[in-house]
Amino acid sequence: MGYGDYQCMDENGIREDGRKADEMRPVEIECGVIPVADGSAYIKWGKNEAIAAVYGPMEAHPRKIQRQDRAILDVRYNMAPFSTSDRIRPGFNRRSREISKVTRDALESVVDLELYPRSKIRVEIEIICAEAGTRCCGITAASVALADAGIPMSDMVVSVAAGKCNGIVLMDLNKPEDNYGEADLPMGILPMTDELVFLQMDGDLSMEEFQTAWDYNIKAAHEVHAIMIEALQKRYGGES
Amino acid sequence: MNEDSTPTEHDSGAVRLVYPGERIDAQDGVEAGHGIRRINGEFVAMRMGSLRKDGTTVSIDPLSSRYVPRAGDLVVGYVEGMTNNIWFLDIGASFNAILPMSLAPWKVEFGAVREHLDVGDAVLCRVQEVDETHSAVATMKGMGLRKLKSGLLEEIPPHIIPQVIGKGGAMLQTLKNLGQSRMVIGQNGRVWLDGDYDGMRSIRGALDVIRETAHVPGLKERIDALAIE
Repeated sequence: MGYGDYQCMDENGIREDGRKADEMRPVEIECGVIPVADGSAYIKWGKNEAIAAVYGPMEAHPRKIQRQDRAILDVRYNMAPFSTSDRIRPGFNRRSREISKVTRDALESVVDLELYPRSKIRVEIEIICAEAGTRCCGITAASVALADAGIPMSDMVVSVAAGKCNGIVLMDLNKPEDNYGEADLPMGILPMTDELVFLQMDGDLSMEEFQTAWDYNIKAAHEVHAIMIEALQKRYGGES
Repeated sequence: MNEDSTPTEHDSGAVRLVYPGERIDAQDGVEAGHGIRRINGEFVAMRMGSLRKDGTTVSIDPLSSRYVPRAGDLVVGYVEGMTNNIWFLDIGASFNAILPMSLAPWKVEFGAVREHLDVGDAVLCRVQEVDETHSAVATMKGMGLRKLKSGLLEEIPPHIIPQVIGKGGAMLQTLKNLGQSRMVIGQNGRVWLDGDYDGMRSIRGALDVIRETAHVPGLKERIDALAIE
């Protein structure tokens, strides 16, 4: 199949995997999957699978990275070598560095870092299976893990992405849609206030398309937020 | 020792969990307590936990937490390292506490700190002071403060200590009777047990139950049932 031959939607408006344009892939979240971590979460988002673990607050080492007035967030996003069909060379690369940075920036805007001066909160995100949208998967899992660890924060960041394929704006692109598509718009949203803490855009979207993608993302963020709450509730068995 | 500490009062009935960012209904005159912040006139939950309304204050009891040292806390520390005149103690907080030789219960020669406490030793000590950047100084001068040479140490999350002590120390007494053991609860969540093997094992079993179900009402009944068995 050459570039441009891909048809993401049939004449009835149904995508290859049976979804409509504004539908997300199924999302499942489970908390407390790593007993030795202070907080952890497992997320299955379509075929994406990721684990996030939170450790700390702990003393920041080496001392030169300490901030006297606040804690630092040390975020590490990593794809397992077996997470894709082509083996990924283990270790940091340009892409994982970038995603670690944007994840840290998104989470820093909600975590109450001033409570823990000179400390470090370590957030580890490991992608086990990748099928487009792993950064959203990672940020969402990290938010749940931070909540599970009891880290004070003003809201939970929910990350979702919409995009464009064959000129149609689609919610939550899967692998072929992402590969053959024209644009991708991942966003980090605070569901309680609909504030934005993270936005990236690959490709071009017109103003109307951007607005549609934005609306899809906001709607999806609320759906994912409900799943996050449900996962935390399940772990601690309380009433909300 | 913590046997006289005032336990946390827990409301009976279902626990209402709140999540970071959740808006909490509060009438006029109600104040924001632990884990709650007032943002644009609204009460916002800053962490996950069970909601508690105590008179005019609304606060959150966390479901997971790390120990934050406060002056006067009785803690169990592990010696992690030393210089010529200072020991570094792991007290389970974000930062190690320091124990200067001047605050040890022995006459220590400069450079001979290792003769009294070596790496890996456990000590029962008290937090003397904590500064604004969470650095703590520990002391071993005081009644009952000593090096722990026997028994075993069990760890529990610091936020469930009030439940382990119970109302007026009732739960602690039940646990002591259950295992016929000596028991000291450090505010950092380290519990020292000393008694016969079977006794300590039954206390560890009870602590497991508390650890898993501390947030579910009816804890005392569950532990009492263990004691009857």
